[in-house]
Order: sequence, then C-alpha cells, then structure tokens
Amino acid sequence: MSEPEGDGQDQGQEAGRPRRTAPLGILVGALSDIRKAVLPAIAGAYGLRDEFAGIGFIAGIAALAVLFGLVGGAVRWLRTTYAVGAEDIRLETGLLSRSARSVPYERIQDVSIEEPVLARVFGLSKVTFDTGAGGKDELALAWLPLAEGERLRELVREWKDEDAHRTAPGAASPAEPTGEVLFAMPPRRLALFGLFEFSLAAFAVAAGAAQQFDGFLPFDIWDWEGWQARLDGGGHWLAALGPFAQAAAVSLALAILVVVGFATGLARTALRDWGFELTRTPKGFRRRRGLLTRTDVVMPAHRVQAVEVRTRLLRRLFGWHELRFVSLAQDADSGSHTVAPFARMTEIAPIAAAAGFALPGPEIEWHRPARRAFVDAAVLGSLAPVMAAVALLFTPLALAAPLPLLALPFVALGQVLNWRRARHALDARQVYGRHGWLAPRIDVASRVKLQSVEITQGPLARRGGYATLHLGLAGGKLSFAAVPIEEARRIRAAVLDSIAGCDFSRLSSADRPAGQPIPDGDGTGHRRTSTAGRS
Amino acid sequence: MDDTGQGASIDEADEEQALTPLAPNHVKLLRAQAAIVTAPFVIGSLVLEAADLLPTGAFAVPVLVAAAWAILRVPLRRHAARGYDLGADRLRVVRGLWFRSDTVVPFGRVQHIDVTQGPLERAWGLATLVVHTAGTHNASVSLPGLAQGDAAAMRETIRTHIRREMP
Repeated sequence: MSEPEGDGQDQGQEAGRPRRTAPLGILVGALSDIRKAVLPAIAGAYGLRDEFAGIGFIAGIAALAVLFGLVGGAVRWLRTTYAVGAEDIRLETGLLSRSARSVPYERIQDVSIEEPVLARVFGLSKVTFDTGAGGKDELALAWLPLAEGERLRELVREWKDEDAHRTAPGAASPAEPTGEVLFAMPPRRLALFGLFEFSLAAFAVAAGAAQQFDGFLPFDIWDWEGWQARLDGGGHWLAALGPFAQAAAVSLALAILVVVGFATGLARTALRDWGFELTRTPKGFRRRRGLLTRTDVVMPAHRVQAVEVRTRLLRRLFGWHELRFVSLAQDADSGSHTVAPFARMTEIAPIAAAAGFALPGPEIEWHRPARRAFVDAAVLGSLAPVMAAVALLFTPLALAAPLPLLALPFVALGQVLNWRRARHALDARQVYGRHGWLAPRIDVASRVKLQSVEITQGPLARRGGYATLHLGLAGGKLSFAAVPIEEARRIRAAVLDSIAGCDFSRLSSADRPAGQPIPDGDGTGHRRTSTAGRS
Repeated sequence: MDDTGQGASIDEADEEQALTPLAPNHVKLLRAQAAIVTAPFVIGSLVLEAADLLPTGAFAVPVLVAAAWAILRVPLRRHAARGYDLGADRLRVVRGLWFRSDTVVPFGRVQHIDVTQGPLERAWGLATLVVHTAGTHNASVSLPGLAQGDAAAMRETIRTHIRREMP
C-alpha cells in the first residue's frame, strides 16, 4: 500500500505503477481538522451551556471532528493514487466522481515542497507541480515523505536535463555556479527585519474581539477608570502620583502597545522567514524559508518576467529594500515571489543579474511624464472647491465663499508632487518604471518578455497630447501614465521590434546561461501550439 | 520633451493610414444593441406619459429624442472609431470613442485564438476574434465586428504564422 522510502534501485521498474500517498497523511489531515473544529465547538458549547457540561461538550465535538476527519481522510487516501511515468505524472482522485489528471514533465515549471508544522512532525511534505498557467493548473500531492518529494523533484529536473540535451545535442551546458547562496538571512538580520515589521495586528484583533464579545465578559472593557483601578492594585501607587496619574497611565499603555507591536512583528517575521536562503540551481533559483511551515520553491530563471524593488519610508532611510520576481507562479500570500525580503541594494543587484535583469544605474535617462496631464488633473481637482465656493455665494454665508478656494494651492501642490513621483526609461534590453518619491518602487521588465503594448487616451488626454502606456506583463502590471504621445508610440515601436526580432527559439530556453541577452520568446512556459479555436 | 500641447492624438501620423474598418453590418449590430439598451427607458417614459403627471410629451419627447440619437447617430460614430490592422507579424486593434485604446499584439505572443459569435452577430454574419496572450493586462484582446469569413481567415493567418516558428 505505501511506497518504500528512498529506494533508488528498483524505482525504475516501478515507474508507472500507481502508488498511494503516505498513510500518516490521514492523521495529519485529521489533526488539522481539530483546529477548524475548535471554534464551532466553543460556540456550540456556549450555546448549549444549559444542557451540557462545558468541557465535556467541547471535547466531544473535537473527538467527533477527528473521527470524521479520520474516516474521510482514509477514504480519500484509498482513492488517491499517483503514478510517475516516463513522460508525465498522473494523479487520480475521487470517490464518486473520479478525476485523472496528467501533467507532462515538459509543462512543469516549478516544483515546490511545503512542510507545515504538523506534517513536519511526521516527516511529511506537500509537493506542488506548477505548470506555468498561473496557479490554476497545479498538481499537488499531499503528504508524501520528504525524501520522496525530493526524489520527485530530482526526477523532474533530470528529465528536463535529458530533454534539453536531446533537442540541442552537443550543446555544452555552460559551467554555471550551482549551489551558490545568493542571499541568506542570518538571525541578526531577521531580528532587524522583524523590528521594521512593527505591526499592531494583535491589537486590531483584540479590539475586534472585544467589540464582538464584550457582552460575554463579566466586566466592561471600555471602563477606563476600572482599568486604572486594576493597575493600581492595593498600593494605589498610581493615584498617589496625583495629576500625573493619567499621563503615567497613558504612557504605560503606549509603552505596552509599542512592545507588543514589536513583538508581533518579530514573531511574524520569524515564522515566515526563518532560515531564508536563496540559492542558485542549474536551471534557476531555489528559495527556502519558514520556521514552522517550511517551504521550498524552485523556479527556473527564464520564468522570471520582471523584477520589482520595493521599500517603505523608514526602511529606505536605513537603506533596506525588497526584491521580488514577477512571474506567473503564485507565492503563498501575494502574487510575486519575494527573493530578498530585506537587503541592501548592493546585495539585490547580483540577484537580479542572476535572473538576467540589470537594475537601473546612474546612466539611465529617466523621462518624466507630460506636465499637461497634471495641469489637467489639477484643474479637475479644483472643480469641487470652486463649485463649493460658488454655491456658498448664494447662501447667507456669502462671506465664507473664498474659504474653499484655500484648498486650491494644495491641489496644485499635490499634482506637482505627483508629477515628480513617476519616471520611466527604456534602454536596449529593458524597460524601467519608477513610482513614488519617499519610498520609490522600481520595476524592471525585459523588453522581449512583454506580451502586448496598449496606448490609451481619455478625452482630456487626446486634447493634451499624452497617453497611458500599458505593457502586458505575464504575472504583473507595468504601465506608465501621462506619457507624451510621440514618446509612447516610439516606445511601443521599439518594444515591438524587440519582440519581433526574437521569436525563433524554443520557449523554455534552458540552455541559456543567466545574464546573457535573452534570445527566446516569452519564456512563460506555455505551449504555443495550443491555438484552439472554435468554429 | 515633456509635453507636446498640440492636441496630438493616436489617430495622427503614419499609424492611421493602415487601419482597416470593420464590416458594414457591424453598424446594424451596434444599433440593435443600442435599441435593446434604450427600450426600457422608452417604455418607462411611455408609462409615465399614461400616468399624466406632467403635460403631454414632457417625458416622452426627451427620452425619444435621446433614444433616436443613441440608435441612429451614436453607432455610426462608434463604428467609425474602430479599426484593426493585421500586419505581417502583429495585430493592432483600435477601439473607443471617448476613451481610445490602441492595442498591438505580436503574433509571437499569441497563446490561443477564439472566434466567437453571439446570437445577434450570427444574425448578421459577424464574428468576434479573441486573441489570448499570457499577460495579466490584456490577457485577451477582442476584435468584434468582423465578417465571419474574415475572422476565420485571420485566425488561420495567425495560426500559420505561429506554426512556422516552431523548429
């Protein structure tokens, strides 16, 4: 029933034979069902508190949940099989409605291994094969032993290696540094990152809970005097401070707020990014992170469509930035994969270079947006205060009519700042965008990896001679607002020329060493022959 | 370099000359769509007329005038504002009256192509060509108002171009 672990020799003969996932996975599933059953159990226990004794009821519900989880999980486990074939991986699931899905090796782009804490206890992991269709076509094998997950990943990698040699025989793979650690976060850096991630989320949750449940508590949460009395205790030291009692209480509360905020930030960061390591693999990047839930994602370099450099106000003052790869793969919580969450620019530049992107240097000619666009926006923005002023003229408060006009300089100033905030540039290989002033966001996209180019103009823009340029990017957005129309056309022509000049090689140009000009098409991993049409 | 201020728009310069207009029947389709949209308002105004709240014609006349304008005049202008250009290696689609949009999709970036026909389109022998790309923005670019034969021919053209590139 369960497959042997890490048994290399006879795997070849067993290839293609359907196997089941690890039986311990049933237990993992059932245990995580307990977590989901706790809140309903508590709610049920409270609602029925007159008929049943409290703890016994909760325990009963939890046990029932575990039982159902075990039974359901066992049935699912019996009915789920996967088979590692010569050309593909097949997964069959389903009790009443069977579904069989097969993913060919050549369509697999990323293989990621995730180990949540419960599964780690049993040595199990979840393997996800991402086919490059943006998260919709993933194949996930839940709860395989870790060694088996890594074996599958090796299998996919070897197949792709052989395939690359088959299609380009004799092409010597250039010696690429393998296993080189591109970025790692030692605990000190992690602690610093946690401090910057100060978060009052704990208080938001507590305040929300207090709001909801304050009818159930025996005391009133919002009774300020009551809290002070409690803090005083028997010694009345707080009241003895006299008029400073209030100030002391408030500053104490603020201090607690600050401490809890830092603690929350540190805890969340440690849980998410403990042991963060980005290494280079023969075909791409491997990122590992996580304290309780360990995730291990491998992404081919050619899949990266663009890079984003993000920062925030305080971090930027100290010189810390974040680097993300834009691709069709979906990271756990957000779209783009974070490859360097807290790094200096000198550390970020080599990582971007490894993916084939160059960050904008001092020699880039940045172009500002058209001034006319912001004049138009300022005019639109001042309509409201002017109309308010005119309306006031007809009321008894006619003398107050000029007051709304005081907003006009601020509107104008806001538009001047907006004009200064955005910039864009184009060079031989890449397109650059920069937004923001105090915490600038930088986007770098490769010209040949763009998908489409659109120029849009509203009625004011047509009169003003500017347009918005939208560059189609797989997995992200890149658009420049208020570009003068001639320049927009010029950029479009240049980008289209780059795209047209480079579509002759295969999509997954796995033989191209990182850092060289990208010769292939879009690298998104889609099969171009799927020109399905209805007729 | 920053602004032109001469009221230049997308339609000028050498880019405009190559735009192919859509099929003539497309105007009829737009008129039918406008009629469907204005019908509830016309009926509503007639009902209000029957209720005799204001002097006769106070409701009906403006609504009927607006409906007539929407059905007779606006589709012509919308039709004139649209166009496409099937180049050697790219497809360019222009649409929009107030908010112009000019999209170019290179054939090398086309993932797949659909030719769709709604019921109204089928009545007039029209079809819509939908080109899908891998981008998040403009994941699918649609070109309505083509004659059915033209749409099928364009699909074949794009398909052969893509197939030619595979080694």
